[in-house]
Amino acid sequence: MSTARIFVPNDATALACGADRVARTLAEALAARGTEARIVRNGSRGLFWLEPLVEVETPAGRVSYGPVKPSDIPALLDAGMLEGKDHPLCLGLVEEIPYLKKQTRLTFARCGIIDPLSLDDYKAHGGYKGLAKAVEIGPSATVEEVFQSGLRGRGGAGFPTGIKWRTVAATSADQKYIVCNADEGDSGTFADRLIMEADPFCLIEGMTIAGLAVGATKGYVYCRSEYPLSLAVMDKAIAIARKAGLLGDNVLGSGLSFDMEMRMGAGAYVCGEETALLESLEGKRGVVRAKPPLPAIKGLFQKPTVINNLISLATVPVILEKGGAFYRDFGMGRSRGTMPIQLAGNIKHGGLFETAFGISLGELVNDIGGGTASGRPVKAVQAGGPLGAYLPVHQFDTPFDYEAFAAKDALIGHGGIVVFDDTVDMAHMARFAMEFCAHESCGKCTPCRIGSTRGKETLDKIMAGERREANLAILTDLCHTMKLGSLCALGGFTPYPVMSALTHFPEDFGASPKLPMAAE
Amino acid sequence: MHQAGYEPWSAERASQIIETHRDMAGAAMPILHAIQEAFGFVPEPVVPMIAESLNLSRAEVHGVVTFYHDFRREPPGRHVIKLCAAEACQSMGSDALSDYAQERLGLEMGETSADGRVTLEPIFCLGLCACAPAAMIDGRLVGRLDRETIDELVAEANR
Ligand SMILES: Cc1cc2nc3c(=O)[nH]c(=O)nc-3n(C[C@H](O)[C@H](O)[C@H](O)COP(=O)(O)O)c2cc1C
Ligand code: SF4
Ligand code: FES
Repeated sequence: MSTARIFVPNDATALACGADRVARTLAEALAARGTEARIVRNGSRGLFWLEPLVEVETPAGRVSYGPVKPSDIPALLDAGMLEGKDHPLCLGLVEEIPYLKKQTRLTFARCGIIDPLSLDDYKAHGGYKGLAKAVEIGPSATVEEVFQSGLRGRGGAGFPTGIKWRTVAATSADQKYIVCNADEGDSGTFADRLIMEADPFCLIEGMTIAGLAVGATKGYVYCRSEYPLSLAVMDKAIAIARKAGLLGDNVLGSGLSFDMEMRMGAGAYVCGEETALLESLEGKRGVVRAKPPLPAIKGLFQKPTVINNLISLATVPVILEKGGAFYRDFGMGRSRGTMPIQLAGNIKHGGLFETAFGISLGELVNDIGGGTASGRPVKAVQAGGPLGAYLPVHQFDTPFDYEAFAAKDALIGHGGIVVFDDTVDMAHMARFAMEFCAHESCGKCTPCRIGSTRGKETLDKIMAGERREANLAILTDLCHTMKLGSLCALGGFTPYPVMSALTHFPEDFGASPKLPMAAE
Repeated sequence: MHQAGYEPWSAERASQIIETHRDMAGAAMPILHAIQEAFGFVPEPVVPMIAESLNLSRAEVHGVVTFYHDFRREPPGRHVIKLCAAEACQSMGSDALSDYAQERLGLEMGETSADGRVTLEPIFCLGLCACAPAAMIDGRLVGRLDRETIDELVAEANR
């Protein structure tokens, strides 16, 4: 038998759960036993509750063990882990784990399988076929393919990516840019992070395709500073791609040039908003710009700019490789393709679940996610990050679809679902939403800057039982003003978590459950 | 990424850093990050230096430094513990753990101990929301926090 390959994940979650110590202990144990085996540091499959999830290559496929602690290593080796033999931590063939088997992995097809920094691995698993196709069919057919796929922006607003690209392609300028929004500030999300750490070339390929399609020669990835590992992996991957002639002049012999670099944010949530992000990239305060002009016309340094969420861009290679029609065939209604849904918070099986649109919230939380980690009943989930609504259990029949969520005053956003058990105090969460808005406001509009602070103070009074009915009316009114008078969704959407908490859980606000909620 | 071993302030070193980054498009942010990586914070004298180099006003550079939560105006402690305070971590009890850490360290959130040993601060999401509550100590990530891990972090910071 050839040297066994053992995979120990290297993404931030696996590391936070001790994967480095597992890898070190394993290497020492193998050396001490004189056993030949090669440890490969893969990304992660995204089955985070099982991390560190160690996999061993066998003739039957990759057999998995997890969650592994360093102290488990001797027993695992004794049990015959290297031959994929049984042990209490053995989970069988990783591809057969129901959580993974039930997924439709298009954007995340390679995550956890390959060595993230091996270009050979990347190419052996379909990498750079999308770019080859784009070079073959040319810029306008590439834009059309993306349009035909029905792909909508995965950063939150759900705007059709193909239309955005058409605008930039049709605008002539001496310089155009591709900007990747990797600010991923929403609590409960980690999809961007996982691509950067587990399949970085996928983002590079997606941005290169975007560049060739719209005539942009320079790309920036704006990555939040809370992701130092992502930044480091991406920097390495970019250098490797450049050396291999996949970035720079004459990409893939196409005669076209495209290059890109990483830029680090500095802890401002509002810099995820696209125009604030552009300001920040220009070296300024991250203050939101008024639109128009659209970034597609006047974006970075006033030049036509495609600014897309990381997942939007990382989905482009598979769309080009397999065709827009292939991608469009997944999903429901106007939500086409797949979405990497991120199950987080108080959930038993937390992780990334990529699936076609249309699956119900209840199926995600209860069947896939296994309910709460605490074992207590679910009380609510917050979908779509800090600006997304809280949904109670009686709305769990809502299908995961942009329009179905919007119809319930809720957001899909970037696909994060944060689960709370029955110990959560929803008035406290409403207060947090206001406090977060006050903390992160860029300061441009009064309803956001001042209103959020007033909202927090009003909630303090409500929670202290001070003039409840009057203060609830003030809060409702304040939310109304914020919705109408804010330039961007930070001030404009903070009312959603606040009002949904109040509407569905009035008892947590000390109100009688029948309080009329006129504004909602 | 590492808190230990920052360089002492040197105007010469600062201008060297500014010089290596000044030709980047939108250079202010990369310069500020590089300054903070070298000195642990953004010392006041660097503001006019950056302004002059990038042909901006002092007020503009000052505005950038103060806008972003990451940029420090004071040196951090030798160890920095960041506890995630965002929603997914709250759903797993981060508020109580944060109270516990503050009590153990005798510090409020955002404070540095008088002996300069440790800084405790909140952070809003580390992308570890599926193994919450999460923290970062001196750049190292820690998930599935409980009181025991907080004790370990405190011990590490007191070393
Ligand atoms: C306060 C605020 C924060 C945002 N944060 C992010 C973010 O972290 N990542 C992201 O991709 N989009 C974020 N957005 C949405 C962006 O403004 C924009 O819609 C997105 O980058 C467009 O890319 P897409 O069409 O591919 O989704 C945010 C919006 C607002 C108002
Ligand atoms: S709503 Fe808030 S964050 Fe958005 S532009 Fe206005 S002040 Fe800035
Ligand atoms: S909310 Fe704490 S890591 Fe995301």
